[in-house]
Amino acid sequence: MRLERRAHVPLAARIGAPIAAVVVALALAGILIALAGAPVLEAYRRMLIGAFGSRLSITETLTRTVPLILTGLAAAVAFRARLWNIGAEGQFLVGALAAAALGSQHGLHLPAPLLIPALMVGGAVAGALMLLGPLALRLRFGVDEVVTTLLLNFVALLFVSMMIEGVLKDPLAFGWPQSVPVVGDALLPKLLPRSRLHIGLLVAVGLALLVALVQARTVFGMESRAAGLNPAAARFAGIGLTRILVLVACLSGGLAGLAGAIEVMGVKGYVTTDLSPGFGYTGIVVAMLAALDPIGVVFAALFVATMFVGADSMSRALGVPSFIADVIVALSLLAMLVALSLANYRIRR
Amino acid sequence: MMEALDIFASAGLWAAVLRIATPLIFGTLGALICERSGVLNLGIEGIMTFGAMIGWMTVYHGGDLWAGIAVAALSGAMFGLLHAAMTVPLGLSQHVTGLGITLFASSLSYYIFRLSIPVSGSPPTIVPFQPIAIPGLSDIPFLGEALFSQTAPTYLAVLLALAAAVALARTPLGLAVRIVGENPHAAEAQGIDPIRLRIGAVVAGSALMAVGGAFLTLSAFNSFFPTMVQGRGWVCIALVVFASWRPGLALLGALLFALFDAYQLRLSHVVGKAIPYQLFLMIPYLMSILALLVMARRARVPQALMQPFRRGER
Repeated sequence: MRLERRAHVPLAARIGAPIAAVVVALALAGILIALAGAPVLEAYRRMLIGAFGSRLSITETLTRTVPLILTGLAAAVAFRARLWNIGAEGQFLVGALAAAALGSQHGLHLPAPLLIPALMVGGAVAGALMLLGPLALRLRFGVDEVVTTLLLNFVALLFVSMMIEGVLKDPLAFGWPQSVPVVGDALLPKLLPRSRLHIGLLVAVGLALLVALVQARTVFGMESRAAGLNPAAARFAGIGLTRILVLVACLSGGLAGLAGAIEVMGVKGYVTTDLSPGFGYTGIVVAMLAALDPIGVVFAALFVATMFVGADSMSRALGVPSFIADVIVALSLLAMLVALSLANYRIRR
Repeated sequence: MMEALDIFASAGLWAAVLRIATPLIFGTLGALICERSGVLNLGIEGIMTFGAMIGWMTVYHGGDLWAGIAVAALSGAMFGLLHAAMTVPLGLSQHVTGLGITLFASSLSYYIFRLSIPVSGSPPTIVPFQPIAIPGLSDIPFLGEALFSQTAPTYLAVLLALAAAVALARTPLGLAVRIVGENPHAAEAQGIDPIRLRIGAVVAGSALMAVGGAFLTLSAFNSFFPTMVQGRGWVCIALVVFASWRPGLALLGALLFALFDAYQLRLSHVVGKAIPYQLFLMIPYLMSILALLVMARRARVPQALMQPFRRGER
């Protein structure tokens, strides 16, 4: 048995692969739901109702989609250039911390139309800096960035914990470890009244379109793809690999940091150590489900958010542990990898 | 200042070093065996979590402690088989598949645990492995208390590291694993099946990783809680580089690493609140990065690491 690369991947296979992967993941997770003693189809029905059954649940699902689009994009742009940024979780956290520090009453004093973009930039810069360190180690000393970016997630979490129990501690929080809140002007305007849905959704979708445009239409997009496909050939063609990777790292870390800043400004108003329920790691799954396509990231993020928001209410209704959402998401990733390989290769005997 | 140095004179520190090193020794050996055959296994964090959960669960439901270890090893082997099936014959990205296995194995651990153990105030516990004093050796002053009053899995870990060093360097199987990791085409020309050997190495290595996780719940602690592996798996991946892919150095690296960890724990008691405790907790992760930095250039990477082997393709 051997695998042979298909010369042409039909469009149906490219669109069908993620759908097939999700169906397989839902079927496999169904076994686990049945083990919990719950009716499987009813469980999935409850999940859909939990995610889309009411105005509140729809806005909650969309609110959850925002950080996942951004961390998904962060992983997608990096992986496309074979920069293995697994540190989006840490970049998210420092981005959030930067936004909280700059946006507090001790921070920048600007009117809202200037303050909000300034905090977004601040978060993005903090996230980008988090990734430039590991990239420098790779370029200068040949240290694999997978492990360094992973380890920095733990360092970032501890750093945030230190800050919110230290200089950035909110003295009015009754001793709870949380950061000083951002000022009212720094809070993102709501998209819909009486909901948590904020304009970050427009920012995230807009950035997905922008990244798609950059990748399809600019020299940088082409070069970063070439850098990922074949670094040696790219170098031979005169593409400055270092320059490309630095730009990719700024973009990837910046998007993850921006996700953190937007989560602070849009949802919570302050930073705690549990601000992210693994948005950085989930972003990797989002990116893979989208086959690293920026527009696909939006849909993949929506799917993953649906699972997480829906699982909570399904869990309450049927007593299935809500961890099932994480299992479905992880299974989707594994199924997607196999599906993509079957779409790109044919098996020859 | 003197107090900070006095810590080194306590036998308790050195006993803790061996204890803290044990899961790292198992995990590093497991990762090392996978990588020596040419397969990076980033599933380690999840596999350790699953081993910790399933090992504990086995004992909680009336199994023997060693049965817990065996079940954990078996579960690790199964995840290893999954990783190998996706990365060896299919040749999928080892990075992404491994991360997928980590996400899958850890979320499945939490799901199964929550399913069978209802939420309660204090987590249920088991009776863990008890320290075994080695007759004669444990009576030596200081050394005896520090080194020879450990639980059985710790002795096993040290012996396994030595056995792995000998096996890789001196046995035909070890040689075959090394050749496959360096040049699978050359291995095939010698009549070795690279695909089967890689699958075997990943399955065996992953079983060891899960045992490392099981040590946490069956010996170091007596209960399971989510996120208890706390990045130890990633530290093991870093330690493999530090050890330059050699089992003997892996043992040394794990011990050195555990020394820093055990020391920072005690130092923070001496220094008290003057320094934020989070700075001490960062040390293990920063140490791993430093270890990668120091060793990355000197390390002898298996030449075919992360390169899928396809018959007839070069």
